Amino acid sequence: MNLALKDIRHGLFRFVLTCFGLGLLMTVVLAMIGIYNGLVSDALAVVKAPAADVWVVEAGTKGPFAEASNIPLTTRDAVVRMPGVAEAGAVNYQNVEASHAGQTLRLYVIGYEPGRPGGPRAIAEGRSIGASHFELVADRKTGLLPGETIRLGRNRFTVVGLVEGAMNAGGDPAVYVTLSDAMALQTELDPAAQRVQAARGAVSVKSASVAAVIARMAPGADVDLLAATVRQWKHLAALTQAEQEEILLSSVVDLARRQIGLFLGILLSVSAVVIALIIYTMTMEKLKQIATLKLIGAPDRTIVGLIVQQALILGASGWGIGLVLILTVKDYFPRRVVLEPFNAMVLAAIIAAVCLLSSALGVRAAMKVDPATALGS
Amino acid sequence: MALGDILIEVAGVAKHFGEGETRVDALRSVDLTVHAGEVIAMLGPSGSGKTTLLNIIGCILAPSEGRVVLDGEPVFDGRWLRRDLRRLRLDKIGFIFQAHNLLPFLTAQENVSVVLDLAGWPADDGRARARELLDYLEVGHRATVKPALLSGGEAQRVAIARALANRPRIILADEPTAALDGARAGLVMDLLRKLALEQEACIVTVTHDEKIFDRFDRLVHLRDGRLANA
Repeated sequence: MNLALKDIRHGLFRFVLTCFGLGLLMTVVLAMIGIYNGLVSDALAVVKAPAADVWVVEAGTKGPFAEASNIPLTTRDAVVRMPGVAEAGAVNYQNVEASHAGQTLRLYVIGYEPGRPGGPRAIAEGRSIGASHFELVADRKTGLLPGETIRLGRNRFTVVGLVEGAMNAGGDPAVYVTLSDAMALQTELDPAAQRVQAARGAVSVKSASVAAVIARMAPGADVDLLAATVRQWKHLAALTQAEQEEILLSSVVDLARRQIGLFLGILLSVSAVVIALIIYTMTMEKLKQIATLKLIGAPDRTIVGLIVQQALILGASGWGIGLVLILTVKDYFPRRVVLEPFNAMVLAAIIAAVCLLSSALGVRAAMKVDPATALGS
Repeated sequence: MALGDILIEVAGVAKHFGEGETRVDALRSVDLTVHAGEVIAMLGPSGSGKTTLLNIIGCILAPSEGRVVLDGEPVFDGRWLRRDLRRLRLDKIGFIFQAHNLLPFLTAQENVSVVLDLAGWPADDGRARARELLDYLEVGHRATVKPALLSGGEAQRVAIARALANRPRIILADEPTAALDGARAGLVMDLLRKLALEQEACIVTVTHDEKIFDRFDRLVHLRDGRLANA
């Protein structure tokens, strides 16, 4: 006879409500884990997308994400001729706001040279950029659809394809345009401002600088050697892919990451206390019954089993409800919620440990109960 | 009445709580013998030591000194002679409480069969024995009902069934009729006597209920921790 299950069935409504409450708490914990992962994943998405080996940026900067970087476009030709480099491409990054369907979209515009590194990794829908100008590939989160047009700066661009998971560290969805369009977007003046400039006799010159040059190495080529060679040019710096990722995590998103990490820690502590309190209270409510069981001859293992099984069932139910809820609602969060099976397993292990520790408190109280308590009124 | 085996033998049992100025002598050198088939009542004012003696016989409380033999087995002689006192209670002693103390999450039948489950009976045998006892006690029709839905009398009969389930030879009852009216209290005591005779068990009852005094073979008076007369 399983006393734990019998007791749960006896107060099923209350137990289910408790599990649901715990499940909601687990949903928040899992959401925070997902948001934390999402923040890191989003921050790295833009760095990982070009599948670069080396980032050539302006000397003395940690560009192009942690700091502004401007290098001549001609740097790409110099880099591509260096030993070990298979291909190289110039890229440009900027944030713009644009109106679409009555809404203001905040977009992360990535300018790249079609056919060279720096473009989207995979097209999820439509095609990649085929024309030299005024075509863009947008992240699905922008809400743009293939065939639609959107005005960026002075020009209207046609959406030709969609990608997924392309955004900057702030979570702004990315759009890919050609490098020349991106450079124009960065430097072209409003017509009225252009007329003022012309009246002053100033000549409008398109900027010939880009944020970075991305290099991919030939198989077996030495990345560190290339980086060291590039650094010998006093006006350039070189970062390997690993260094670029480390810069992003340690500087760009570090504060947010630590903030969420700390909050997650507090949330887990609160959850542990809540679980402990629930299990302890559940046990304390049963002390008279436990005394009766002891009096009629129930061994300790029966009483320990009653408490521990209920604690584990409570924890497992709360975890399961939390997991189902977060998987159901995660796509409605404004920022990405990334949950790996590993995260859910780690949380399950933590909850199991908390439940066992909490039930140890209950077991301790139960072991102290004098069977004589059951006698009398 | 022919006396059967000695089931309870308490010799020179004393129990004190505290030491020095705070010492309270709850029992002072008590000797008591109860035979199979006997139904005795322990009487006395509050604080006279009735419950202390019941707890000592039930192996819930260790005496300060003395000797206790239950069903021929010495269980205390200056110290407990068995480690597994709960198993001893399970096998030899049945308890009947004033407040029934049925487990609220089990049905009437499960409240009886849980004892047999703990004693290692096969589940089917346990259920059958529980049902048989409940039918015998005329509460079989309430077997699937939880204690909260049983009347006071029904709950008391289920509690009796639980106490008798594992066929113990010693039945200890603490105010078993306190919650019952006179007629029903008499019926419960008659029933206990009948079962005691059938199972060759003895029944030791703590009671203040004068209505049932005539149902006992012996009245044992306790006063200030001593047996006044037997």
